[in-house]
Amino acid sequence: MADVSIKGTLPRDQVETPFARFVADYCSSWLAVAALVVVVVLITLSALAPWIAPQNPYDLTQLSIFDNMLAPGERSMEGKLYLLGTDDQGRDMLSAMFYGLKLSFFVGIVSTAVALAIGIAAGITAAYFGGRIDTVIMRFVDLQLSFPAILIALILLALLGKGVDKVIIALVAVQWAYYARTIRGGALVERQREYIDAARNLALPSHRIIFRHLLPNCLPPLVVVATIQVAHAISLEATLSFLGVGVPITEPSLGLLISNGYKYILSGKYWISVYPGLLLLLTILAINLVGDRLRDLLNPRLKA
Amino acid sequence: MSAVLEVHDLKAHFFTRRGVIAAVDGVDFSLERGEVMGLVGESGSGKTVTGLSILGLIDPPGRIVAGSIRLAGQELVGASEEEWRMIRGRKVAMIFQDPMMTLNPVLRIDTQMMEAILAHEAIPQEAARQRCRDALGRVGIPSPNERLSAYPHQFSGGMRQRVAIAIALLNNPELIIADEPTTALDVTIQAQIVAQVQKLAAEMGTAVVWVTHDLAVVSGLADKLAVMYAGRIVEEGPTADVLNRPMHPYTLGLLNSLPVRNPRGRPLNQIPGAAPSLLALPPGCPFAPRCIRAVDICRQVAPAETDAGNARRLRCYNPLPAAEAA
Amino acid sequence: MLAFLIRRIGQSLFVILAMAALVFLGVFFIGNPIDVLLAPDADQAERAEAIVRLGLDKPLWQQFFIFLADLARGDLGTSFVHGTSAVGLIFERLPATMELAFVALVLAVVVGIPLGVIAGLKSEGFAGRSIMTGSIVGFSLPNFWFGIMLILFFAVTLQWLPAGGRGPTGSLFGIELSLLNPAGWPNLLMPALTLAIYKVSLVIRLAYSGTREAMLQDYVRFARAKGLSRRRILGVHVLKNILIPIVTVLGLELGSMIAFAVVTESVFAWPGIGKLLIDSIGRLDRPVIVAYLMIVVALFAVINLVVDILYSVLDPRVRLSDTGN
Repeated sequence: MADVSIKGTLPRDQVETPFARFVADYCSSWLAVAALVVVVVLITLSALAPWIAPQNPYDLTQLSIFDNMLAPGERSMEGKLYLLGTDDQGRDMLSAMFYGLKLSFFVGIVSTAVALAIGIAAGITAAYFGGRIDTVIMRFVDLQLSFPAILIALILLALLGKGVDKVIIALVAVQWAYYARTIRGGALVERQREYIDAARNLALPSHRIIFRHLLPNCLPPLVVVATIQVAHAISLEATLSFLGVGVPITEPSLGLLISNGYKYILSGKYWISVYPGLLLLLTILAINLVGDRLRDLLNPRLKA
Repeated sequence: MSAVLEVHDLKAHFFTRRGVIAAVDGVDFSLERGEVMGLVGESGSGKTVTGLSILGLIDPPGRIVAGSIRLAGQELVGASEEEWRMIRGRKVAMIFQDPMMTLNPVLRIDTQMMEAILAHEAIPQEAARQRCRDALGRVGIPSPNERLSAYPHQFSGGMRQRVAIAIALLNNPELIIADEPTTALDVTIQAQIVAQVQKLAAEMGTAVVWVTHDLAVVSGLADKLAVMYAGRIVEEGPTADVLNRPMHPYTLGLLNSLPVRNPRGRPLNQIPGAAPSLLALPPGCPFAPRCIRAVDICRQVAPAETDAGNARRLRCYNPLPAAEAA
Repeated sequence: MLAFLIRRIGQSLFVILAMAALVFLGVFFIGNPIDVLLAPDADQAERAEAIVRLGLDKPLWQQFFIFLADLARGDLGTSFVHGTSAVGLIFERLPATMELAFVALVLAVVVGIPLGVIAGLKSEGFAGRSIMTGSIVGFSLPNFWFGIMLILFFAVTLQWLPAGGRGPTGSLFGIELSLLNPAGWPNLLMPALTLAIYKVSLVIRLAYSGTREAMLQDYVRFARAKGLSRRRILGVHVLKNILIPIVTVLGLELGSMIAFAVVTESVFAWPGIGKLLIDSIGRLDRPVIVAYLMIVVALFAVINLVVDILYSVLDPRVRLSDTGN
């Protein structure tokens, strides 16, 4: 009898770690793999910008006003090739895009990391201590989340003025509430679980319970939100720069490049807006596709 | 031919990534007008899929791969979607397991009832409404007129199942498929619903296929029983005969696991093992690995259906002798 | 119902009050209030006069109540640039923005729901996958860049549509609306599309997941077992269920559309409150900024209230008295 029932079960798979399984699941979508490759390539390119860009677009001495508004593929008088043309300052568009992308990633990742830290602290505090602390923090979160991010960032920057640091402050200010809410939601569920009771019964200190037990179990939804928020932050930075309240004109981000080209769009000089925009779209799209895949994999409801 | 429903060699398979699941694998049975059949089996035995097949409600990745379903002489296998639509609700109606889920939560009862009539007949709204009112009254819902304009969440579970039955009866169907309609209800409500369906089916001459895993529920209701295991009917016959003198070891196992049949203090009899995965069926009789009476041939070739006399049919090489059942 | 309304309106008033306090503190503490409220080229005498006139010599709480009293009277100062009432300026431009947001909302629903339902029905098929991937592209498109590309393609290259401006309008009760004048429609098209594109993607997502979930429900199976046509099942049983989250989210998104109109209006030189805000930020026209914020906050509060009421109309399981904890 026993041997028959064993025959009925499927052959045992080779032992898989959860992580290996996760990687395998992720790779089952070619689009998600392609998106991840694009993200890695773009981050690498932007990190290497000072070495691979033909020109330093922030260094005004390298710019020649005689080379301004050259169309893609045209050469300067000295015979230098501008693959994607130049802008009204005579900047090489390709170089400006590398540097702009670097700025976009920098702003996106730094603001997300800082907001994440603040959000986690606020969310965990609210969930762990509950009561009045919870009410105060979450009321504030709700109030903030009921206003569109763009509006809050716009007003903040109107008060603070231009600058990369100020853009980061504004982006942190609009993002942290999302994380606080996400982590509080997760932590409230986890707090009910028995392992937290067990840890409390062991009289472990609060910070140990929070960081060793609560936090790791709240991470999956946070990873998804954070990934998508990086894309969001990059997009928002570009938008703010386009509106003229973001980065200064001397350090153009992708958004500012597009804004710059917008002035010349009616005269048919398309390249100043089109190429940075395409790069921006590719960046945001790739990050979103990665985030989308992560969400599908980490959401137990959709697994089935 | 007076048979309302004739199912012959019906096969419904599901084509999944992991392989083909033969949920229904060669089912035969027929029903006369007004006859009630209990279709009994464990979860995964294919009883629900059999019921859904008769309404053409098998969705991809599943489909009917072979066999015939004749409803009052009309062949349904291979019918177009529009032909199926005309059958559903008019000639064959279905009642589902969970009354909390079968009524649309955001539509009023009258909307959900009247549409069932208007899908098949072009009659004035007021006439349709009157029929709905009558139907609600017939299934024992007090003040049907007011209840018509209520929403499902304003009804209890038992009341919702009555509404579902009323909807099933609206067009005087020839056949009702009831898929475990009492499982989700309290025991006292169960008995009421069973009695209600029995009475209405008898009054209107409607045939019923009552799908269940609970032999106790159908024992007092069904004219005949069909016991399913792993996609096939393994034993079929008049209810009293099958219950009093089961021939298939699986039927005996089901009967012995009923609490009421066990003397007090003795542990319940269980069927050893679990229902097999339909993806990896053993060769031979699918029940053989769990069967106390299995012999060599059982593990090699699946038994064909044999006529066991007295309107009984059986798929077993080594059936129980008559004495065993006592 | 009445108790619910009173409580909800109370909540809204609280939010407006909280925002008023924030705006008050922001304007009066970040930067010298005189610099904020007075034109930069004002001389010493004007400053001294302004301090008294504005009541800045009074204690803070008194100033705040004066601000609130002004707010209640609808007086938020005079624009430095335009020399007219700031509130009046906002209300003058509001219809253009509301019209834009409304048309974009309609576009989002009309385009998004059918696509989302199709994707939900054929989630494994080519059409479904294409629509869902397309919706991620829609999410990722930088809004302003999409608008510029539309201008480049339809206005510069093809020369089919005007590149910007509002164009001719028709008048209704003294409110100028492009929708009332077909000659103004070409002007409305690209800005509305730009504003709608993100929401279209959002509606597709909501309709997609709603449809997928609904199609697995027993009530859909039961509806099929009743012999209903596919059209009736999708159009009544499924649609009514997926509309609940869509209306809720879209209602709340109407607020973000009004905010995002800042970007769209800048790209297309659309004379709404968004463009007014950006111009005012550029020119440090603080009274207009304050007026914009307070009016938009009030607008959001009204929108949230309307959404709550709509929600209870759509979902009979929700009683108004049970919501809003």
